[in-house]
Amino acid sequence: MVNSYIPKTYKEALNLLAQNELLIIAGGTDLMVKFKSISGLLPKFKKDMLFISHLAELDFIKKEKNSIHIGANVTLEKVLNSKHTHYLLKKALLIMASPAIRNMGTVGGNIVNASPAGDTLPVLYVLNTKIVVESLDNKRIIPIEDFIVGPSKTILKENELVKEIIIEDKSFDYMVFEKIGTRQADAISKISFAAVTNIKNSNISDFRVSFGAVGPRIVREKELEKKVIGVTIDELNGMCNLICDNYSKFITPIDDQRSSAIYRKKVALNLLEEYIKSIK
Amino acid sequence: MAKIKFTLNGKEINITIDPTARLLDILRDQYGLVGVKEGCGEGECGACAVLINEVIINSCIVPMGTINNKSIVTIEGFSETKRYEVIRKAFEDEGAVQCGFCTPGMIIASESLLNNNPHPTEEEIRIGLSGNLCRCTGYNMIVKAVKTASKRGEGLW
Ligand SMILES: Cc1cc2nc3c(=O)[nH]c(=O)nc-3n(C[C@H](O)[C@H](O)[C@H](O)COP(=O)(O)OP(=O)(O)OC[C@H]3O[C@@H](n4cnc5c(N)ncnc54)[C@H](O)[C@@H]3O)c2cc1C
Ligand code: FES
Ligand code: FES
Repeated sequence: MVNSYIPKTYKEALNLLAQNELLIIAGGTDLMVKFKSISGLLPKFKKDMLFISHLAELDFIKKEKNSIHIGANVTLEKVLNSKHTHYLLKKALLIMASPAIRNMGTVGGNIVNASPAGDTLPVLYVLNTKIVVESLDNKRIIPIEDFIVGPSKTILKENELVKEIIIEDKSFDYMVFEKIGTRQADAISKISFAAVTNIKNSNISDFRVSFGAVGPRIVREKELEKKVIGVTIDELNGMCNLICDNYSKFITPIDDQRSSAIYRKKVALNLLEEYIKSIK
Repeated sequence: MAKIKFTLNGKEINITIDPTARLLDILRDQYGLVGVKEGCGEGECGACAVLINEVIINSCIVPMGTINNKSIVTIEGFSETKRYEVIRKAFEDEGAVQCGFCTPGMIIASESLLNNNPHPTEEEIRIGLSGNLCRCTGYNMIVKAVKTASKRGEGLW
């Protein structure tokens, strides 16, 4: 049996993290499944637990000038229903898990769980999301692509927790989120795809693309994006094959019980091609 | 161990318990609320659904440490309401129950949906029930039952 801490305040949680080696549990929708035991018995947690889902200091959605701040504890369902939530993030949340899971699961949990198939991630990547991380004596603001370093791996330190995320609040002329899965609810993505584009005087002024579940990390390649900034819409369409070829190198899916690598790669590139062709 | 305070079907409860214990086990084993079923034990089937602060949650993946000061309503508690009567009758009339294993969860899902959206479209009903699996009915009768309940229960939600 492990020890559990249920701090009264956020400050107390940071204090506990400074003094002990703890596993943070928010909604528990990932952890309770991962450490599941036989029914009637306690889950097989190996570390002492820090419960945080009740901490009101982490439960807020705030709109600021060009960004939206979401506390780590806000449930996925509350994010889905907030009037401040970006259209593309809503689209991802609407087909994520099921109402019962969205009522428990949190944004912070989806990010720190860092699954390559995490459904909010491709959208958070294209919206240039920053993760606000805090410990008792330090605060860091880290771009999401630097925060997540591999499957289930982040640069979060033992004494830190995620306090909030900051999402760019910008509208786009073209935006899509697509999830390919076996069934709509509760299905883990085989492939997910998010993209946004802005056009200024018929030139591409902003172009961002990301893929989920096609490799150990979410794919977003800023160098490739830069190559199309400034080109005309016609030129972009002419470059379609070249762009897909360029992305092909970064799409390195695996075979697993949900899908094959060949299928994943083909569909990922088809989604990109279709998206580019939709820009007219 | 920790002291946890919550209300269970309207009654205030104070217990000292391991915060990692599953709400599902506590409901069934300590309080005898066996209308809450265990199907998958992994959050995927909805058989263990209860209302926590009026919304549907799967109790098999809820650790006790997260329910402090919350209100839990199980199918047993919900069955004492007028809303339940309307949903029960609609399920019966539309043939939405066969073996019955999924039914408590389906009724909780229906209540959670109607509470939030008293006049759902068919599409919205299907989304509202999307986390609940049924191996018998093929779902259409359940969807119809929720529609019927929404019509008959005018003013209740
Ligand atoms: C049936 C089912 C269906 C699902 N479907 C989907 C789906 O379609 N798409 C999808 O992406 N996911 C899905 N999930 C996974 C899960 O629900 C999400 O990842 C959810 O967002 C996790 O949030 P949580 O609060 O429950 O995380 P928890 O289980 O509490 O924690 C997950 C991880 O995050 C860490 N953590 C949580 N909060 C913080 C914080 N503030 N600071 C630091 N670390 C923190 C924990 O230590 C742990 O490592 C599903 C899960 C289930 C059970
Ligand atoms: S038993 Fe809880 S969702 Fe299946
Ligand atoms: S009636 Fe048998 S599982 Fe639904």
